[in-house]
Amino acid sequence: MKLLAILATILASLAACGDDGGAPCAIDATNLCTKLSSYTALFADVASQTPADGTVPFTVATPLFADYTTKQRFLYLPPGSAMTWHDTTAFDLPSGSVLVKTFGYLHDRRDPSSGERLLETRLLIKGDAGWSGAAYVYNDDQKDATLQVAGDVIDASWIHDDGATRTNGYIVPNKNQCRSCHGETDENTITPLGPKARHLNQGGQLEALVAGGQLVGAPDPTAWPREADASSTLDARARTWLDVTCAHCHNPTGMARTSGLFLDYAETAPAVFGICKAPVATGRGSGGRAYDIVPGMPDASIMTYRIEATEPEIKMPELGRNLVDDAGVALIRQWITEMTGTCSG
Amino acid sequence: MSRCLALSLILALSSGCSDDDPCAGVSGKCVAVSSGASTTTIQKAMIDVTDGGTVAFAAGHYNVTGEISLDTNHVTVKGAGKDATVLSFANQTDGAQGLLVTADGVTLTDFAVEDTPGDAIKILGANGISLQRLRVEWTRGANETNGSYGLYPVQCKNVLIEDSTVIGASDSGVYVGQSDNIVVRGNTVNQNVAGIEIENSSHAEVHDNTATGNTGGILVFNLPGLEVETASGTAVHDNEVFENNEPNFAPAGNIVGLVPTGTGIAILAAHGVEIFHNHIHDHKTVNIGVISYVPTMIAITDPTYDEFPTALHIHDNTLAGTSDMPTGELGALLITAIAELHPAPYIVPDLVWDGVLDPARIGTGTDYAEADKICIHDNGDADFLNMHYPTGDAVLPTPDLAPHACMHPAMPTVVLP
Repeated sequence: MKLLAILATILASLAACGDDGGAPCAIDATNLCTKLSSYTALFADVASQTPADGTVPFTVATPLFADYTTKQRFLYLPPGSAMTWHDTTAFDLPSGSVLVKTFGYLHDRRDPSSGERLLETRLLIKGDAGWSGAAYVYNDDQKDATLQVAGDVIDASWIHDDGATRTNGYIVPNKNQCRSCHGETDENTITPLGPKARHLNQGGQLEALVAGGQLVGAPDPTAWPREADASSTLDARARTWLDVTCAHCHNPTGMARTSGLFLDYAETAPAVFGICKAPVATGRGSGGRAYDIVPGMPDASIMTYRIEATEPEIKMPELGRNLVDDAGVALIRQWITEMTGTCSG
Repeated sequence: MSRCLALSLILALSSGCSDDDPCAGVSGKCVAVSSGASTTTIQKAMIDVTDGGTVAFAAGHYNVTGEISLDTNHVTVKGAGKDATVLSFANQTDGAQGLLVTADGVTLTDFAVEDTPGDAIKILGANGISLQRLRVEWTRGANETNGSYGLYPVQCKNVLIEDSTVIGASDSGVYVGQSDNIVVRGNTVNQNVAGIEIENSSHAEVHDNTATGNTGGILVFNLPGLEVETASGTAVHDNEVFENNEPNFAPAGNIVGLVPTGTGIAILAAHGVEIFHNHIHDHKTVNIGVISYVPTMIAITDPTYDEFPTALHIHDNTLAGTSDMPTGELGALLITAIAELHPAPYIVPDLVWDGVLDPARIGTGTDYAEADKICIHDNGDADFLNMHYPTGDAVLPTPDLAPHACMHPAMPTVVLP
């Protein structure tokens, strides 16, 4: 009798945790499946990243640098539902929606056909109480991925753009760290970052979502915001990179609001996006430099010091990268170099 | 093993009767962390703990390699004592702080955090945070490669920091920023650049602390370019502030890098500060310094910033010792001012004010209205200097305290809920 009671307790706790053992498992923000493959509404085949019918792949115009990983993104909306347009913030998705992002390393970045090593798949699940996150780490056999709430470090190597072999201790975030980036509106609320009009407005994606009934409330396409691309001005490209790379924290309600440095694309005051702005609680992050941005002088600017750094207490962004985004650094250096003016006390 | 099964087992184990069970005596739900547990195990405990629960660390040394974050309200994280439970971050490779708290009503007590590359314990946006009997230490002592802040609540309400020790921060040992309703008491701060710093905060009471061996003992600052900069109301009383003569080791570019080695208490552009009943002595630069933002020579790009200290009340302190080695840019300004009055040797008076007044507040008069005045009285035999910055113009510095013979109402005692 007693043994039965214990067994019943254990079984109950298993059920409460959605321990699916690979069996199909419903999408429930409060009850995560243990195996990624159990989300049959999301994936037809996890190993090949083949989405289930109704789950839509998508791309963003300016992906956030994540240590040279590739990212595959999918959108799941409950059948018959739609997300609602917003001009600037993320679209409003109905309860039961899931945003899926799989990170991997190409074996050889010069040759995508060489295949990739899957690292993790992150889910953002919209429940009745809002969004929550989960990370699934790929098994050694690459066929499925397992829920990992406390994060992980994955030793990885690949052949880089220049043909050299690169290595990284790729970091899978823990569950609490979701909001370190997705706490864009406040540190206690997780919001998606990718599905914003300006990020999705490329390659006919928005048109397809509207036509498919998955996106409602969109204004006339002539009013759709479009993100800077290679043909845009240097200023627009730099501000877009800062918006994507930094603004989820560096905005008036984000985790880095205490710095007073706001890097969202909507910020128009030069001092607030860093020009001649003295640091506050920067500590070693200053690198001995006096201002975030000194016009014309990238090597005197704290911003370049921090995006070029790899030490955990100095690097920016704080999370999500161990390596330096060479292209991003080059862009910001050029942007600062071409600025005119001086900082005077 | 599923997460819940693991949790069930931890709970089952923690409700056992082992003598060294860290959860022993804890009422309510408790997640035990056994001695030497890995970073992942510690983080998992922080995720598994539920609202109102406890994470209890056994005595022991923990090698923590990544940031630990706590995001659940009303949790107590406790160790077996600030010398018995030691979380060492010397090998940290991930995260800009050791421990990050983003939940309300959290208590951290009876453990140590050592050698974080960045900030040791940061609390962001919390309503209610209690830090009690903690030790934060950079074990190599004062060094510019140490992390910046020891105990670091920012944009918090209802902050208690007590009976804790911070040693070696390359910025501030105890740093309370942009917060409201704050008690900092009974702490010992040593070998930090700033021992205790209250910045852009309101209703703070800093009392019965010991600040010694830092570059500057206790700082009350108001800085530009921040979301919260209309702060006022700090009482600094009954503290022992002495021999804060550690050479400034802040990385360049930081505001505390301007603090001259050998500063007791400094006020920078702060409003509504009462300093009383402190023992302040033996500082190489100055026992109490009051300046506006003007002599820092830092560009101000924030049009709403109020760069002038106002409504100060400095009284009934005991000041002693000879300040004869002022250092840094501000120390050089001091010598320049004193040299306008008399030949060497240049001894800095106990109390110094840069003398910069806000033209807008003066209007057509010569001093502030009563409510904004800088009042200084009954500090024993302490001497005084109004630098009349900038120096070298027609107006000479003056030791005259007569214009400061005024009083402000006592700051109300800070009451935490």
